[in-house]
Amino acid sequence: MKKIFRDCSISVNIQNSDFDINSEMDLIKSEKKIGGITNFIGVVRDSSKEEDQLLSLELEHYPGMTEKAIMSICIEAKKRWKPNYIRVIHRIGILRKGDNIVLVITASAHRKEAFKSAEYIMDFLKSRAPIWKKEHFKTYSKWVKSKEKDELALLSW
Amino acid sequence: MKILYFSWLREKIGVPFEELEVTSSTVNDLIKELIKVDQKYALAFEDIKLLRVAVDQKVINDLNASIKNAKEIAFFPPMTGG
Repeated sequence: MKKIFRDCSISVNIQNSDFDINSEMDLIKSEKKIGGITNFIGVVRDSSKEEDQLLSLELEHYPGMTEKAIMSICIEAKKRWKPNYIRVIHRIGILRKGDNIVLVITASAHRKEAFKSAEYIMDFLKSRAPIWKKEHFKTYSKWVKSKEKDELALLSW
Repeated sequence: MKILYFSWLREKIGVPFEELEVTSSTVNDLIKELIKVDQKYALAFEDIKLLRVAVDQKVINDLNASIKNAKEIAFFPPMTGG
């Protein structure tokens, strides 16, 4: 899914495969009027409990709605800070500790717009993108619960 | 109508989606209608606070939302993306 705006390119991908940050960055550097690039990568974190060894993290999503929901988050970021470029890749499927989950790249002429846009997009991805995580440990599995602080974070925008 | 389930709601219902002939005109009525069909729905929809609903891929905030012309309804817990 790719939408081109007059002064801002937004592209969103939902995929099983890993992403290559260097090639994504090269694409952005070829865009015009780029002075600052913010690059956020979310990775699979180990359990906070010593006894629970995370074997894998399973990500399920709502095909069709996920792309639309993330696109509308990006469009809102574009309206607010007018970055020149927004790129979001969210992985789904079975991932392991240390694997990449999500990539958000925002680029603009100046750093503030890039920082703000990336932070806004990540905050909304947490609880407005129809994606659900399940943690698989050695002896049991559990669905990750949504956090109240993620919901509260949205109020600050 | 296509009804989809995600995350632990999918596990409780036992299928990712199903095509059902329904007579309800709101989400609330649909929930009640499903509960009458089988107890698994009652168990899945037990904690209404954890239930989120999308009508034609748009999240609704009011369970009285109309589903009259809807093609698909999805039930799921709060999202945990990012």
